[in-house]
Amino acid sequence: MKQLMLGNKAVARGLYEAGVLFASSYPGTPSTEITEELALYDDVYCEWAPNEKVAMEAAFGASLAGRRAFCAMKHVGLNVAADPLYTMSYTGVNAGMVIAVADDAGMHSSQNEQDSRHHAIASKVPMLEPSDSAEALAYAKLAFDISEQFDTPVLLKMCTRVAHSQSVVETGERQVPVRAYEKDIPKYVMMPGNAKRRHPFVEERTKKLIAYAEESGINRVEKGGSKMGIITSSTSYQYVKEVFGDSVSILKIGMAYPLPEKLIRDFAAGVEKLVVVEELDPIMENHVRALGLEVSGKDLLPICGEFSQNLIAKALGGEVHSGRSLDESLPMRPPVMCPGCPHRGLFFTLKKLNATVLGDIGCYTLGAVAPLSTIELTLCMGASVSSLHGFNKALGKESETKTVCVIGDSTFMHSGMTGLANIAYNGSNSTVIILDNSITGMTGHQQNPTTGYNIKGDPAGKIDLEALCRSMGFARVSVVDPYNLAECEDVIRKEMAADEPSVIISRRPCALLKYVKRKPSLRVNPEKCKTCKSCMRIGCPAISIKDGKARVDETLCVGCGVCTQLCKFDAFENTGKEA
Amino acid sequence: METKNIMIVGVGGQGSLLASKLLGYLLLNEGYDVKVSEVHGMSQRGGSVVTYVRYGDSVASPVIDEGEADSIVSFELLEAARWLPFLKKDGTIVTNIQQIDPMPVVTGAAEYPEDLVGKLKATGAKVDAMDCVALAEEAGSVKAVNLVLLGRLSHYFDFPDEAWQKAIAACVPPKFLEINKKAFELGKNYG
Repeated sequence: MKQLMLGNKAVARGLYEAGVLFASSYPGTPSTEITEELALYDDVYCEWAPNEKVAMEAAFGASLAGRRAFCAMKHVGLNVAADPLYTMSYTGVNAGMVIAVADDAGMHSSQNEQDSRHHAIASKVPMLEPSDSAEALAYAKLAFDISEQFDTPVLLKMCTRVAHSQSVVETGERQVPVRAYEKDIPKYVMMPGNAKRRHPFVEERTKKLIAYAEESGINRVEKGGSKMGIITSSTSYQYVKEVFGDSVSILKIGMAYPLPEKLIRDFAAGVEKLVVVEELDPIMENHVRALGLEVSGKDLLPICGEFSQNLIAKALGGEVHSGRSLDESLPMRPPVMCPGCPHRGLFFTLKKLNATVLGDIGCYTLGAVAPLSTIELTLCMGASVSSLHGFNKALGKESETKTVCVIGDSTFMHSGMTGLANIAYNGSNSTVIILDNSITGMTGHQQNPTTGYNIKGDPAGKIDLEALCRSMGFARVSVVDPYNLAECEDVIRKEMAADEPSVIISRRPCALLKYVKRKPSLRVNPEKCKTCKSCMRIGCPAISIKDGKARVDETLCVGCGVCTQLCKFDAFENTGKEA
Repeated sequence: METKNIMIVGVGGQGSLLASKLLGYLLLNEGYDVKVSEVHGMSQRGGSVVTYVRYGDSVASPVIDEGEADSIVSFELLEAARWLPFLKKDGTIVTNIQQIDPMPVVTGAAEYPEDLVGKLKATGAKVDAMDCVALAEEAGSVKAVNLVLLGRLSHYFDFPDEAWQKAIAACVPPKFLEINKKAFELGKNYG
């Protein structure tokens, strides 16, 4: 049956049909839905791991045991998991092992725009690259066949536009091939003597994969006009088809690594002008140039940002569309912390105390946005804790009494714990604030080791953050409610001044969680409002100034009451109405 | 058939996902190739969001570019104005007149532009603006703004009413079916 399916859901369907029995992932936009969708199949074991490295190693364990295994992550997650990946390339697999990695050209929801194909090249692991949902499903299945045939893990590269677009797919049946586990020390114990014998295997395997890339049909020529020949892949292929249809010839690359040679030479020989259209880095272009062929690419197209049909039409001489426009510039609409977000009160307090705040990855990164403008660093998962230590060691006491870091519960589990161990071990007098909103928020509410529930929502192990921090050697561990501004201020002031390292857990569940009861919305009594705009300092989207007075949008307000603590005139009143 | 383009725009959290799901269902049932592209992640937190719906004999690109949209369905007025450059010269904007202040307006760094409906019309664009919140309330729930907009959009297409009704029944929870059907009718017959 034909159906419209999200790219990520199509990957999950492909995994199901391929007989995957084990999946372990860490959420990250735009990869998250693959594992969420896969978890809906009862006959596949799925889990959220604390981070991508753990997920990949867990999946490898399942592959070693003889069960087809999978893990998914966003592009930056593959950096975290790079360590096992590069050596799994040497060991190879037992049952098939596939790793989905989702790039984010255009940085819709990421801190950088790195190109994951570099990891495929550097680790010498083959990478497939689908261009729509039907291919996402087909390639997910094919990846397992390649994995087992060539004894290698296989990367499945998604991008935002393939992951988050729906297109038509047809589904098939599930088959579950399994293999027996056999002890094989020379293959799986990568000490130097064994690894030296595995490296030539990797080089031989790459030669065989190049032959596969030449002949298997995974890379295909679509013969069209011969004036221009375009080598392209992924979503760029769709833009090229949109602009040029069959007026040009296309070499559609489905396997991003390793790339074919003869296929490219033959294709180039049949066209007058050769162009590579690829988002981000000139990887295929450099490969083509290394073959000694004359080629255009990044001389015409940008490295930064994502492509679209107009961008390609402008660069390569297609029809460019344009529309109407207004004469005035419109106010931007950046993302904001939600009404009732527990992070708001905490950031307000940090701003009031004029603290230097090193931040991390999650919804709370929005603490860097006006009017709170509090966070001064966002680098990568866990970096807030580790860099706070370095910052304080570098500047000493003058920094220790006014600098803190903030990190979410899920990010802390991911890679904040190791930084905390460093603070405890090497003794910087640092104040670490864990923003415990009891969920992985930014990626759309995934469970994590501190929530007490697993990916299916069933009760699971629950890590006690207070006990964990104490056991690492922190004598000062306190818990505050971020809706209580006076308490937050008192505790943060005290802990920053303390002569030893401390952890503050700011605990209040995400306001968007279904089980969180909303309080009645508030309203402003215009008689009492003196337009002091004190309430505007927290950047709540439910409060604005209308006709000279503060006004609450009752459809947005969840009654958190942070604003009422700022108003000296008691202008906020309870409506009794639930939003 | 040449590919047709519909954009659904609004503010993150307004619930445009149902609208694109319903359109996808309808168009696939009508026998078209369809692509729908959504936004997930950070922009969903109250930012400007857009969904692209494309259909035809064979759809390539999943996104709609400037000057390509046959229709723009907008949940919020400023967002209708923001995405105007994406409208075809002879395209139509169907918009809710609801105004949601973005953070720069909330903080006083910018002002919400006045008379956007008038300004949009002055560019020569076809604009169909209405108070969808009021119509949704009339239907029985403010959450039915979605269906008011789709009802109005249906006015500009030749699809039979049964096709819309079937899509509504397939995509809306049974509990809210009557409210949503009423919202669709109110939108369709508005003005």
